[in-house]
Amino acid sequence: MTEPLLRVEELRTHFFTRAGVVKAVDGVSFALERGRILGLVGESGSGKSVTGFSILGLVDPPGRIAGGRILFKGRDLAALPEREMRKLRGAEIATIFQDPAMTLNPVLRIDTQMIEAVVAHAGAGEETARGRALAALRKVGIPAPEERLRAYPHQLSGGMRQRVAIAIALMNEPDLIVADEPTTALDVTIQGQILYEVQRLCRETGTALIWITHDLAVVAAIADEIAVMYAGRIVEYGAAAEVLDRPRHPYTAGLLASVPSRNRKGAPLAQIPGMTPSLLDPPPGCLFRTRCARASAACAADPPPAGGAHAFRCHHPLEAA
Amino acid sequence: MTVFVIRRLMQSILVLFAMSAIVFFGVYVVGDPVEILVSHEADEAERARVAAALGLDRPVWVQYFAFLENALGGDLGKSFVFGIPAIQLILQRMPATFELVIVSFVIAVGLGIPLGMYAGYRPNSAGAKTIMAGSILGFSLPTFWVGLMLIMIFAVEMQILPAGGRGPVGSFLGMQSSLFSWTGLGHLFLPALNLALFKLALVIRLARAGMRETLLLDYVKYARAKGLAMRRVVFVHVLKNIMIPIVTVLGLELGSQIAFSVVTETVFAWPGMGKLIIESIDKLDRPVIVAYLLVIVVIFVLINLVVDVLYSVLDPRVRLAAKA
Repeated sequence: MTEPLLRVEELRTHFFTRAGVVKAVDGVSFALERGRILGLVGESGSGKSVTGFSILGLVDPPGRIAGGRILFKGRDLAALPEREMRKLRGAEIATIFQDPAMTLNPVLRIDTQMIEAVVAHAGAGEETARGRALAALRKVGIPAPEERLRAYPHQLSGGMRQRVAIAIALMNEPDLIVADEPTTALDVTIQGQILYEVQRLCRETGTALIWITHDLAVVAAIADEIAVMYAGRIVEYGAAAEVLDRPRHPYTAGLLASVPSRNRKGAPLAQIPGMTPSLLDPPPGCLFRTRCARASAACAADPPPAGGAHAFRCHHPLEAA
Repeated sequence: MTVFVIRRLMQSILVLFAMSAIVFFGVYVVGDPVEILVSHEADEAERARVAAALGLDRPVWVQYFAFLENALGGDLGKSFVFGIPAIQLILQRMPATFELVIVSFVIAVGLGIPLGMYAGYRPNSAGAKTIMAGSILGFSLPTFWVGLMLIMIFAVEMQILPAGGRGPVGSFLGMQSSLFSWTGLGHLFLPALNLALFKLALVIRLARAGMRETLLLDYVKYARAKGLAMRRVVFVHVLKNIMIPIVTVLGLELGSQIAFSVVTETVFAWPGMGKLIIESIDKLDRPVIVAYLLVIVVIFVLINLVVDVLYSVLDPRVRLAAKA
């Protein structure tokens, strides 16, 4: 078996606050092959964004990677010094953030922000970089790219800005893109266009993608694999169709049931009772047990990994249909 | 942009009118300059003669319209005390003040922005804490006291810099200024440092606050995610954003510094405009006071104009609205 592009092993990213240790990511493992799309799903506070930032080496103090390995092309990113990490960021591992209105610097022109991303890595001259910026804008379907290059971010629409962000991510032909809720701030129609573009571009260039979202409908549309995160852990992980059609973990089932659907029109919307638990010094055992209808005394102990290719962590899994 | 500038200038003419009236009548109410100008032994006839010579025997509104009429022709009146045109008196003093203010701004900006940015970038370092403690002193120590201390240390004890007065002027491209002579610069240094201290503290605090705020923003994280060196993130992405509040405050400071650096100019016997206005108020030299304040209004208007234009350069989201 060849080594996958990215393998995360038992990643622990903790925040050492005055009140105690917040275990935002607590033992997360997954692997990603070239050209594949992984949907990382969870509620706010489940640790999905922190997982993404850990891979990018952008966890700010008081947080830091407290354990585990992030093997990217055989190198352990968790142990890489910042100087080496900087060379990887934007070049081999690119990123797309949630809100394009916040991620592009409001006082710098689009061309400045695109060109600097190339110059920082390729050692290319400004003219070469400008050419690549133009090509990237064309690739993501932006009309009149020459004009857009001279614009400031506020002169573009939200969808256009996110396309610019995607173009920036693609410019250095990365092996991996970490996309943190990139369509959450956009209209549904724009979201559809962006999803389509990203999927197409990843297939064309063989770029692997980690798509972080709380929206199951989005991952259903593009992901090859899905990892469901809850309270800093992956509770269910497998091929997208498997996880969506035959969820084994009660949390995944609950998430799927709470997606509004036309088929259940008129019926009250299902919801998962309770709130996500605090990750400040969490107790051992399954952290979902306080909200879970199937919980028993056994749940106070950590559930062992089970299920093989369609993995889940639960003492009382749903029947495999 | 052109419309904006023209509109601004029209507005400033209104301000000039209002200012001239307020100051003219204000000084009239404060006291009678004749009392100060003639000696106590002078008799009633002598007083009347002086009042008539200065035009002070007429009703105040007649005096004001006479002044307006002359002012529209470019004549702001003659100083009661020196007998030369008030505007000439002011212009003579202007270069001294300008060079003082310019050097103090160079010190405040040149030191304040890097120090403040460092304090914001490494807020927990010993260096940052020292800088912030120093900035509190810059705020709270009274200017006159710091001025005296500077003279004590550098002029009296160490004897490496002159205690006061303006040094010889040098000439460069036809401009006469002590900026262009070494001895002149030596004379300039202490008063400029004294004048700069408060602004330096202000700039440090603004730069630090801006730095800390901006570093947390998404676009900084995104810039790092693009793999940019921290140097570029800080000096391009952050610096341009934190300059906006700094320019605002410095714009305001610049005007008041040119007009009213009275304390520093007095402590260092600097022959600038601030000293002129204090002496003129002392002698109720109305033409000088009125002309001075009108000049100050013009300076403020120009500075605000420059600041507004600078905003639109720094922040493309700001558009110069013609209605402003």
